[in-house]
Amino acid sequence: MTNRLVFENLKHRPVRTLLGVIAISIQVTMVLTLVGMSEGMLNEQASRARGVGADILIRPPGGSIIVSGGQMDARFIPFIDKQPHVTAATGTLIFGTDLFNYTTGVDLATFNRLNGGFRFVEGGPFQHPDDALVDEVYANQHKLHAGDTITNTNHKWRVSGIYEPGMLARMVVPLATLQDLTGNTAKVSTMYVKVDTAANIPGVIAELSDKLKTYKVYSMEDYTSLFSATNIPMLTDFIWVVVGVGVLVGFLVVFLSMYTAVLERTREIGVLKALGASPGYILNILLRETVLLAVAGSILGILLSYVTRFIIRDLVRSSLIQAIVPRWWLPAAAIAIVGALLGCLYPGLKAARQDAIEALAYD
Amino acid sequence: MTNGEPIISIRGLQKTYHAGEVAVHALRGVDLDVQPGEFVSIVGPSGSGKSTLFHIVGGLTPPTSGTIHIAGRDLLGMSDSERTQLRKKTVGFVFQKYNLLPTLTARDNIEIARDIAHHNGPLDPQFLDVLKLLGIQSRLDHKPRALSGGEQQRVAIARAIVNRPAILLADEPTGNLDTENSNAVLGLLRDLNGRLGQTILMITHNPEAAGYGHRIVRMRDGHIE
Repeated sequence: MTNRLVFENLKHRPVRTLLGVIAISIQVTMVLTLVGMSEGMLNEQASRARGVGADILIRPPGGSIIVSGGQMDARFIPFIDKQPHVTAATGTLIFGTDLFNYTTGVDLATFNRLNGGFRFVEGGPFQHPDDALVDEVYANQHKLHAGDTITNTNHKWRVSGIYEPGMLARMVVPLATLQDLTGNTAKVSTMYVKVDTAANIPGVIAELSDKLKTYKVYSMEDYTSLFSATNIPMLTDFIWVVVGVGVLVGFLVVFLSMYTAVLERTREIGVLKALGASPGYILNILLRETVLLAVAGSILGILLSYVTRFIIRDLVRSSLIQAIVPRWWLPAAAIAIVGALLGCLYPGLKAARQDAIEALAYD
Repeated sequence: MTNGEPIISIRGLQKTYHAGEVAVHALRGVDLDVQPGEFVSIVGPSGSGKSTLFHIVGGLTPPTSGTIHIAGRDLLGMSDSERTQLRKKTVGFVFQKYNLLPTLTARDNIEIARDIAHHNGPLDPQFLDVLKLLGIQSRLDHKPRALSGGEQQRVAIARAIVNRPAILLADEPTGNLDTENSNAVLGLLRDLNGRLGQTILMITHNPEAAGYGHRIVRMRDGHIE
């Protein structure tokens, strides 16, 4: 019976109910989109790292997995190439052009020994120092074909080839040209190493760690496992800030909605009290209405996260990638419900404590 | 009507409200006995203390002093939760403005009173007869906005007695009704009193309506005359 009253109360004011559900859904969508984007982008970067075909990856000392600039001496590469069980070694220079886009300088001769080289869908490898290669995703986003010119890193590049995505980066240029342009002569950001057999990977890692001292030497498996939000403190903090904003939005919307509902239903509250309803009974009704709003908003928010993914991927065609992260559905819904319940507390307690005689006299 | 232990026994009842810094003596020592099955009409001008008496008997507000026993229970010194219990099962209210919950059907308005009193299961046959007596059984699936004033008040009466309270308190039950509906509702109250032995206290300004009770109690300035 109480559930029927709750449901009918929400139906009685459809616009207010709908606005409450939409506001809560926006909160949930915000969280899921942000988490989905961080996971999507990180997964995509990890996938491209794996796509290089290397077994070992060498990085400079420091915390972040996102590296920009040359911090390692490229003269180590021939030394590494000569180590026992190493079949190929190469270095790349990563230079960030904006928050999510990086240009990568690569030495095609040594890079191709790792993996057979890029698989071209149009054009081919570098012919000139100012040539660039872009992957299909980048080409579609920027409407590029082989022979076109693009400006990046304050430099004009000629697109010599377009390759299948999933390897290394969206855009690559000759290593030497990028080193000169960015003042990183003989420097690289990352070194990749291919080993003859998988069984020898640990041994080669141990050997290189000992010889390279300050540099960090990872198996590709260990390295790609680092691509999670928890390894990027700023990103984790940002996610929690968005979660906090979401809770605040849910709290405020529900507070205003329930406060209005309590004022509007003052006489009804008086009637329920005259019938013998306890303060707990009155509060229970409002809490159930709130939970129902929050659950409906959460479900809508989850569905809307598919819409945001579609917008980002197919309409806006940005460089961002949003994954759908089902393991965050329950936490996002729980956050929405907690925020909503907090918002309901004050109006609920006000209703529960309402004097019955005053409420019955309310017009 | 029986002549034994009163179902309502009031002695020296006083109630003082504070409106800001002003003390308002709404009841100044009321003595009243009501026998089980009695139908008492309470009349008096505005400000005479009728509604305050109702609110105290109905457990909506505590008395300031005096003694008041309802169905053997002493209201003086009752806590809020004890008075809430009283309203669940011992007292039923009928209001001038019907006060049905607008989002529920007539049936659900009656059911919610049972739900609050933790009464489950189907309605008992005797109550179904009461619904026939009230003439509302074909209107139970309509919401209040689809019911006439008279129908709403009859639903309100059904809601007030569904838990078989010891006392039915009717506060100007015909105040918002035309003559025809007023007579119908008053007739129903008299029927309930006569057939079921329901004890009824009714506030009214209408001398004709007051005549439906077994006796009339007149109040003025917080006293019974």
